[in-house]
Amino acid sequence: MYPHVHHQTDRPILEVQRLTVHYEERRALDDISFHLHAGERVAVVGPNGAGKSTLFKVVAGVLPPGSGSAHVYGSGPGGHVCIAYLPQRSQVDWRFPVSVADVVMMGRIAKLGFLGWPKKSDWAFVHRALETVGMEALSRRQIGELSGGQQQRMFIARALAQEAELMLMDEPLAGLDAPAQDGLLLLLGDLRQRGVTVMVATHDLEQAARHFDRILLLNRRLVAFGPAGEVLQPEKLVAAFGGRIQIDRAGQVLVDDCCHDD
Amino acid sequence: MIAAMTIEILNYLLDPLEYAFMQRGLAAAVMVGVVCAVVGAYVVLRGMAFFGDALAHTILPGVAVGYLLGGGAREPLFWWALGTAVAASLGIGAITRGGRIKEDTAIGVIFAGMFALGIAIISTVRSYAVDLSHFLFGDILGVTGEGLLWMAVFGGLALLVIAAFYKEFLVISFDPVLAATLRLPVALLNNILLALIAITVAVAMQAVGVSLMVAMLVTPAATAYLLTRRLQHMMALAASFAAFSGVVGLYVSYYVGIASGSAIVLTATLCFGLVYILQTKKRNS
Repeated sequence: MYPHVHHQTDRPILEVQRLTVHYEERRALDDISFHLHAGERVAVVGPNGAGKSTLFKVVAGVLPPGSGSAHVYGSGPGGHVCIAYLPQRSQVDWRFPVSVADVVMMGRIAKLGFLGWPKKSDWAFVHRALETVGMEALSRRQIGELSGGQQQRMFIARALAQEAELMLMDEPLAGLDAPAQDGLLLLLGDLRQRGVTVMVATHDLEQAARHFDRILLLNRRLVAFGPAGEVLQPEKLVAAFGGRIQIDRAGQVLVDDCCHDD
Repeated sequence: MIAAMTIEILNYLLDPLEYAFMQRGLAAAVMVGVVCAVVGAYVVLRGMAFFGDALAHTILPGVAVGYLLGGGAREPLFWWALGTAVAASLGIGAITRGGRIKEDTAIGVIFAGMFALGIAIISTVRSYAVDLSHFLFGDILGVTGEGLLWMAVFGGLALLVIAAFYKEFLVISFDPVLAATLRLPVALLNNILLALIAITVAVAMQAVGVSLMVAMLVTPAATAYLLTRRLQHMMALAASFAAFSGVVGLYVSYYVGIASGSAIVLTATLCFGLVYILQTKKRNS
C-alpha cells in the first residue's frame, strides 16, 4: 500500500528536466529545467499565476507532468514519501475537529502502514517535532485556536514527523506579521542543520535575497536561477514581473502585486 | 409519593416494551442512529450533505423494482436498497469526477430523475400510496427480526471499516494533498467511503425512509460538531445524540401518535437547536 523507493544519493535531491504542464488549456509551466543540492534553501519568486503552486505539486507527485520530468534522488516523485508539501493557510479548513498533535501525527501515517496504529515511539516523534518548532505547549489545542505563525509551524512539525527531506512551502510568509515572519525564517535556518532541503514560494524579493541560498525567478518559464546578486537584476525582474515592477532611485525594488494566491 | 411517581414513570417506559414490534423498533432506532451518526461525521466534515440526501432518494427505483418483483414482500427490499445504493454512490462519484458540469448540478440531475423513476414504478401498483409513504418516511415499527439481523451485520461492518481506516479517512478528509504525498490510494479510499455511505443508507432505509435520511446522516453529527474539537469525540457524541433521539422519538411517537420517522428526526433537530442556542450564548458571554 505504501511504496518506498531507494534513494540514489549520488543523484540530486531534485532534478527537473524540460518540465511543461498545461492547466485548463493554458501553459502553466513551460520547459523548466533546474536541479537542487541536498540541504539548500531556495526561494521561488514570481507573480500570481507564475506557476509556483503548479511546480510544487508536480515535484510533490500530486500533479502529473505534461511532458518532461521531475526526479527526486533519481526517480519519479510518486514512489517517495520524503517530500512534504505545506499548504497555503487559506486552503485549510481550520474548523476541522483535530488537535495540533493529531495533525502532526498525520505526517507519520506512511510510516505506520496499513491498519497500523500510532505507537509510543510515534507519539514521541510527534512531540519532538513539536518541540523543534517551539509548539510543544500547544499540542492539545484545536487547530483553529492557533495564530498564523503557529499554524505554519505546525505544518513544519508535520513535515518533520513525516521525516521529509524536501519541504515545499507554498507562501508560508503571506499574511504573517513581521515577528512571526522572522521566527519562521529562523526556523528555516535550523532546518538546514538537519539536512532538510527547502523550497519556499514567496512574493517578497527582499526576504528572498536575505534568507535563501538561491532564488528561482519564475513566470511560467524559468527566468533566472542563482544567488540573489545574480538573479535580482532589473532586466530579469522585468522579465518575470512585467510592468508590475518599479525600481526606485535607491535601487529598491517594489512589486505591485497585491494578492497572495496563484 | 416519590415512589409512586417513579413507578408511574417506569410504567410509561415499560408499557410499550410489551409489544415485540416496539422492542425491535427501539433496537433498530439505536443501531441506525449510531451507524448514521458515525458515518455522518464524515458527511458533515466533507460537506457531503447534498450527496447523502441525493443518494438516499436515488435508491427508490431499485427498491421499487424489488417491491414489484417480490409482490410486496419486505425482506428482499434491504438487498435491493443495498445494491442500488452502492451502484448509485460509485456512479455519482464517477460522474462528478468527469468534471464536465458542476458536481452539485450533476448530482441534482441524477437524483431527481431516479427519484421520479422510482415513484413512477411504484405508482403502477394500486395500493401504492401507503407503501410509497413507507419508503419515503420509513416504517420502523414494521422491522422484522431478520431485517434487524441484517441491519446489525451491515451496520457493524460499516463501523469496523471506519475503525480500520480511521487515520486514512481522516487524512483524505482534512488534507487530500498530504494523502497524495504520503502515497495513500486516495481514489480507492474515496470510493470505500462512498460505499460506506451507501451501506448506511440501505441500513437506515426502513427506519427513516429515503426522504428523512439526510437528517440522520447530518443532524446528530452537526450537533456533536458544535460541542467537540476532536474527531473521535465528535463520532462518540454524535452516536449518543442519535441513539437518544431514536429512543425518545419512538416513545413520543407511541404516546402522541405521530409518524415514528418524523418523531425521531424532530427529536434530533430539537437537540441540535438547543445545543446551537446554548453554544451561541456561551460564545457571546
